[in-house]
Amino acid sequence: MNATPLVALVGNPNAGKSALFNALTGARQKVGNYPGVTVERHSGRMALPDGRPIELIDLPGAYSLDPASPDEQVTRDVLLGRQQGERLPDAILTVVDASNLDNHLRFTLQLIALGLPIVVALNMVDLAERDGLKLDPEALERELGVPVVATVAVRRRGLDALKARMAEMVKGVAKIRPSAGVQHDIVLLQRRARQIATAVTLSETAARRWTHRLDALFLHPVAGPLILLATMFLMFQAVFAWSEVPKGLIEDGMAWLGSEIGAALPDGVLRSLIIDGVIAGVGAVVVFLPQILILFVFILVLEATGYMVRAAFLMDRVMASVGLSGRAFIPLLSSFACAVPGIMATRTIADEKDRLTTILIAPLMTCSARLPVYTIIIGALIPDRALLPGIGLQGLVLFALYVLGVVGAFCAALVLRRTVTRGATSGFMMEMPKYQWPRLRDVLLGLWQRALIFLKRAGTIILYTTVILWALLSFPKPPEGSGISKVDYSIAGRIGNGLQTIVAPIGFNRDMALALIPAMAAREVAVAAIGTVYAIDNADDDKGKASITQQLQAHWSLPSALAFLMWFVFAPQCISTIAVTRRETNGWKWPAFMIGYLFALAYVAAGITYWSAVGLGL
Amino acid sequence: MDVPAAISVPIHLAQLRPHAIGTVAKVEWDRLAEPEARRLRELGLDEGVEVELLRRSGLFGGPLACRIGRMTVALRRHVAATIHVALPAEAA
Ligand SMILES: Nc1nc2c(ncn2[C@@H]2O[C@H](COP(=O)(O)OP(=O)(O)OP(=O)(O)O)[C@@H](O)[C@H]2O)c(=O)[nH]1
Ligand SMILES: [Mg+2]
Repeated sequence: MNATPLVALVGNPNAGKSALFNALTGARQKVGNYPGVTVERHSGRMALPDGRPIELIDLPGAYSLDPASPDEQVTRDVLLGRQQGERLPDAILTVVDASNLDNHLRFTLQLIALGLPIVVALNMVDLAERDGLKLDPEALERELGVPVVATVAVRRRGLDALKARMAEMVKGVAKIRPSAGVQHDIVLLQRRARQIATAVTLSETAARRWTHRLDALFLHPVAGPLILLATMFLMFQAVFAWSEVPKGLIEDGMAWLGSEIGAALPDGVLRSLIIDGVIAGVGAVVVFLPQILILFVFILVLEATGYMVRAAFLMDRVMASVGLSGRAFIPLLSSFACAVPGIMATRTIADEKDRLTTILIAPLMTCSARLPVYTIIIGALIPDRALLPGIGLQGLVLFALYVLGVVGAFCAALVLRRTVTRGATSGFMMEMPKYQWPRLRDVLLGLWQRALIFLKRAGTIILYTTVILWALLSFPKPPEGSGISKVDYSIAGRIGNGLQTIVAPIGFNRDMALALIPAMAAREVAVAAIGTVYAIDNADDDKGKASITQQLQAHWSLPSALAFLMWFVFAPQCISTIAVTRRETNGWKWPAFMIGYLFALAYVAAGITYWSAVGLGL
Repeated sequence: MDVPAAISVPIHLAQLRPHAIGTVAKVEWDRLAEPEARRLRELGLDEGVEVELLRRSGLFGGPLACRIGRMTVALRRHVAATIHVALPAEAA
């Protein structure tokens, strides 16, 4: 028998469960100031003051034990032992927001009624104080009849007292099993919760309600949408403007590395593998680290401040016109980082058809893996001009590509909601959290995790694909003096030439066709592939030393490049996205549909772009 | 048109003046879909609870923001229209 007690962290959304989980276990689960950050169960280990271990599980927030959406279902199932292959929790650690007691206590009462040993963490007492609210934790303990500990999870306040109470709680577990059933009468529970909240409030002074003042601005019918648009615009300008210096440094570093290794190694296969394969390929991707981090600074700050829900609020009207709700905007916005967590986050959407539609359009949101591809092509073929002071043409084109993805997603939703995912219109009802300053530590930690993920991708999947591509591009070698291009003669070149017959009608040349296949493993590899193709093709002459930018300028026409960009806006080129879609929709039907419609869209959009550009004489 | 203060006018949340504070007099639960009604209850809506309209829906009919008890909540207009509010006499 497993003797480690299992304790479940349960509570309303945004109460600070994950923050407390991190503080207790040393884990680094994502925290964010909006309801619905956690959508899966995560487990971790903590030690009691006497050294005994406890297994703690962090769960998605829920309003009650009657789930409205798939994430709340996870919480209910774990708590009531309905999850396949999961132990029933031995005890509960419930987290309530002290500044929102009258609401959060309702769920606490429902949990207490379950009959499991329980401790209440009265969290966010700092925010309650900020709101001019003085509470009496001892009175709350008397009213509820279970231990209550005041905490500030993000400042690690109250943790020792909490651990002590948890130690008492787990003393006699294992004998107790939930006796009572779930109490479903929320109205009754809610009224009791309000009474208790009033009873434990010592004093309430007129609060400085910053949140309402800020909302007067951010939710303003005119100023609100303008601020949202300006924020998005600034984000994409910054991705270009702020990254130049660090990018240059990495580029110089790579060039230095290439020349050092070039000088040290004898001419041969190994040297070609390292210089043409690894450095030209992986190096071409690593250069984009600063840009990706800048994008993430924006996303992390938006998530930490509480602005995400305001963005959802502002977008609800537009989303409603395509059959979705503002709620869906949050997963879509996280898909700017990566569609995989974005698709996971759709678990917070209650309506099934609504959720499915959001999953199907999430890959259209420009993820950070597309950034290198966009940047390098824009950097090479779009002139670096300032249209207005501070607004560059390149940043504007990048912004346009993001907008195109969003518009494409909305159009797709409109069509899907009238055809394959038809259903009743869904509602929009959402709790809006109080604004908070982003914590520097959290943002830095988030960036660090992102950087690690990116570098790990570069060191694994991007490296492997690049090396395989290098091998396929290098062999067989054309006969000496035949004058045949090395790439054309190689296996990959032959595949590329074959594939080109399919993509020639939309203006792609052989090298573009070649880049498409490895890009299925990871989109960034398209950049690595282009880097490797030109490095090998020109390894012998001086042109080989030219940068990817110069190579693109020499080999790609503007219409072809635009068509290539268009392809990347729409094409479903990411195996992880397809895999997570399969998991979240329980089968192959929807991922297959997603692949089909996105490829069709990509082909048509690239074709239209190419022929329009040619027609316009670009 | 002047309405004498003695006659109480039935008013719903979406009609409130911004920042007017009232209490929920009645909710027409049966005009709401079951999951919607449930979520609204879970957000703390109940007869007798204090409500305040923070942001009316804009020109094109987007959602509105209100305070229910201590919680700030976004709602669509048709939901807000089922929430009847009693205002203190001088604010009506
Ligand atoms: N001021 C203050 N902020 C806190 C405290 N605990 C958590 N937070 C912040 O509150 C927000 C929500 O915290 P999370 O830990 O993500 O909340 P959660 O309960 O896990 O939320 P879901 O996963 O969405 O259910 C984050 O912005 C945290 O930084 C606290 O004690 N004081
Ligand atoms: Mg969480």
